Amino acid sequence: MSELVLPKIDKTTTDKKEYIFKNLAKIINPENVLSHADEIKPYETDALAAYKQTPLVVVMPENTQEVSNILKFCHKENIKVVPRGAGTGLSGGALPLQDAVLLSLGKFNKILEIDFENKCVVTQPGVTNLGLTYAVQHKGFYYAPDPSSQLACSIGGNVAENSGGVHSLKYGTTTNNILGVEMVMMDGTICRIGGKTLDQEGYDLMGLICGSEGLLGVITEVTAKILKKPQVVKAALIGFPTIEEGGNAATEIISNGIVPAGMEIMDKALIEATDNFSKAGYPRDAELLLIVELDGTESEVDGLLKEVSIICKKNNCSSLKLSKNEKERLSFWAGRKAAFPACGAMAPDYYCMDGSIPRGKLAEALLEIKKLSQKYNLPVANCFHAGDGNLHPLIMYDGGDKEQLRKTEEFGSEILKTCVRLGGVITGEHGVGVEKRELMCEMFNDNDIQQQLDIKASLDEKNLLNPGKVYPILRKCAEEGRVHVHRGEEKFPDLPRF
Amino acid sequence: MSTEVKKNSQIFQDSNKTYYPKNEIEVSSVVKELYKKNLPTELIGTGSKSFIGNKIQSANKLSLSKLSGIVEYLPEELYIKVKANTPLEIIEKELEKNNQELAFEPIDFGFIEDGKSNKGTIGGYLSCNFAGSRRFKVGSARDHILGFRGVNGKGDIIKSGGTVVKNVTGYDLSKLVTGSFGTLVALTEIVLKVLPKKKLSNTIIIYTVDKKLIKELFEKISSSCCEISGAVYIPEEPQDENYNHNKEMVFKFNDLESKGSFLALRIEGDKTSINEKIKTITEELELKKLNISILDVHQSVPFWKKINNLELFAETKNNLLRAVIPPSNGNELMQKLGSKYKYYIDWCGSLYWIEVQSKKSMKIIEVKKLIKELGGYLTIVKTSEDYDYEETIFTVDETRLLISKKIKKSFDPKRIFNPGKMYRGI
Repeated sequence: MSELVLPKIDKTTTDKKEYIFKNLAKIINPENVLSHADEIKPYETDALAAYKQTPLVVVMPENTQEVSNILKFCHKENIKVVPRGAGTGLSGGALPLQDAVLLSLGKFNKILEIDFENKCVVTQPGVTNLGLTYAVQHKGFYYAPDPSSQLACSIGGNVAENSGGVHSLKYGTTTNNILGVEMVMMDGTICRIGGKTLDQEGYDLMGLICGSEGLLGVITEVTAKILKKPQVVKAALIGFPTIEEGGNAATEIISNGIVPAGMEIMDKALIEATDNFSKAGYPRDAELLLIVELDGTESEVDGLLKEVSIICKKNNCSSLKLSKNEKERLSFWAGRKAAFPACGAMAPDYYCMDGSIPRGKLAEALLEIKKLSQKYNLPVANCFHAGDGNLHPLIMYDGGDKEQLRKTEEFGSEILKTCVRLGGVITGEHGVGVEKRELMCEMFNDNDIQQQLDIKASLDEKNLLNPGKVYPILRKCAEEGRVHVHRGEEKFPDLPRF
Repeated sequence: MSTEVKKNSQIFQDSNKTYYPKNEIEVSSVVKELYKKNLPTELIGTGSKSFIGNKIQSANKLSLSKLSGIVEYLPEELYIKVKANTPLEIIEKELEKNNQELAFEPIDFGFIEDGKSNKGTIGGYLSCNFAGSRRFKVGSARDHILGFRGVNGKGDIIKSGGTVVKNVTGYDLSKLVTGSFGTLVALTEIVLKVLPKKKLSNTIIIYTVDKKLIKELFEKISSSCCEISGAVYIPEEPQDENYNHNKEMVFKFNDLESKGSFLALRIEGDKTSINEKIKTITEELELKKLNISILDVHQSVPFWKKINNLELFAETKNNLLRAVIPPSNGNELMQKLGSKYKYYIDWCGSLYWIEVQSKKSMKIIEVKKLIKELGGYLTIVKTSEDYDYEETIFTVDETRLLISKKIKKSFDPKRIFNPGKMYRGI
């Protein structure tokens, strides 16, 4: 992995580590302030495990007032702060800094109120994404955004990253599914935005804070919208002899007015990898596999599945299977959800990319990636959230070979640049963090970035909250790495990633 | 004279001190000039919603009306890119050709102003972020903007977002500019998410005056798996002859008895799924015990248009308030509004349109206090001609105002755009 440039270490801060530790221990329960090397080791990285940094100290406040007091102190003393949720982020957004206090929200792990009448849950940010659904599913409700790490990722982290999932086209991402937040600004100001009402008056501060990657405020409470589970969910598993035909079918499904709950594409390399890994029974002869999931009422879903079948047959599909029951539907997904570990089993290391492209450009993007794969002589497998245009190419390589590593990084960077050239973006759901920071200028010019920096400066004038993330430090489009997994050493290697 | 000023002098300015830039570069040049000279300026489109918000005292106007037209429309990609001042009607007509629509169901504010349609431009609409009846099901206007280009208060051309649904690259400024009433950016180009239109719609009308039942029905509707896409309640009170006459004129449908109170809910889909959903919802809401009627598609579509045109308050000379509350507090609010005010409820029990006849702000203060107590917020959408402005149009707490001021400063440090339109100091 290339060497990562981080903000210059402030020696005045590191020199007064003892003073900082003592003061923080006065602000909160001293047991919740960690500074011993053994205690802080688990915090030195998030799920982008290639980058490691030892934080100055780790604090684990238990309530909003404590968060406010910590931030007030750090603001006064000019100490940097890195907020952290569950640490499952893939772009290094929670990477600690040696001269920064790492603020863990791990103790904010309670659901505060379940309000079925207003269809919402008020929760502390450390509760997991799936924890929300677990809390309301007995009455047939669920929380819609479903990032693949939903078993472990926290709702506060979801807000910071604006997490998506496989159902984003129909149900939106985090920003479309929360009603309110409480957050603490870097100077300690506690602010409530929204509540249990739809929308809010004035500037859409919730829209701004969602996806701001911990740079603008620390989320201390979230009011999330819950939805009733659909009556019927069914899926189709369709194989195609060429990439173009499969891509065209996906585009035609959308242009025929069908909004699938989820629509996933896998290429031949991934079909084989996942089928070997999870024995999902995928059509091995297919060049491209399409999974289409539909929900609604019985007749609605059956009608739409019929339409989907007609479109796929028109586009020369080589196989077509409709789920007959819930067990079969889940089996269609089993292979897809094993995509990342399957790649991990095929090569010592893999890089996961996260570009978004217009759906219609899929065939073009895949052909371009194939060409690049030949150019760099590195195998690649592709999965694609075809519903919302989010592409995850997985480059397989051996990190022990420095030359291969360099080539992989170059390859990855070229893929993201291709996404931008095709009208897409460099990150669909993993965030910019530290890993794609220097690629921001592929999408934005100086004016665009300056405006974003001006907003940051207006809310955190000393640039103390999570500095060195999202915005270019090098001021040139350097080639940097992406999700880097070495011999299964990804943090949370057992989490499904899709 | 510098080259830039020379170039500016070519941008047409009429006798009302209104600039009419023809493209984004010209907008940037004018704003740079205004910034340099420190001249507060009102941003205008076609003026269809200029009555919303505080009055602006500024000598200059910047009309963005010439920035109009569809730039790119890709139905299969579910987006349309338009110049910011493209009339909504043009966009809707274009989408209609491909059986698509703006799912947030834009409100036609022309009716409350002078009784006829005047939808205005997409830029103006987004600046207000007021969504129509489908809000509780599909989100607000802000949930359907994918990206924008515009000019900030220093004259810099900036952009954010893109054309794809999933995008977390940098701060989501698209949402921030939506609902900012033109105080942050002069929008020049907008990318909107579009969705397929549902084939048909039917509307079930439930006749009841029982407020407790209405609240319960709203709750069950929002929990239904039938994807109900509209739910309004039109009360029979206050007993006012003119109001009742107007109500009967607006809702003149064969299968609707509009004299009394009624709750209407919209079901969408193809014919078979509508029948299926009607069957399910009949059980879920125990409709067999109630007095109901059903509007077929020919009545259902115009019914919801009338709701979204705010036709019940067409040409109102009074104050029109828009209040949003957590729906669980609906019973209390309905009781308290009682026969004092004309109102109706949209968004499945969340949104209240309330007409306040008093020309003084006293009664508005009273309603505002009530809404706040119930956990909601209130905006005065239209004021009577002699409104005394003693009560502010928008509500904001101190902390949010402070943050808003900081954000305003980062976009528009000299407060060139629409000063005071939302709050004092912004």
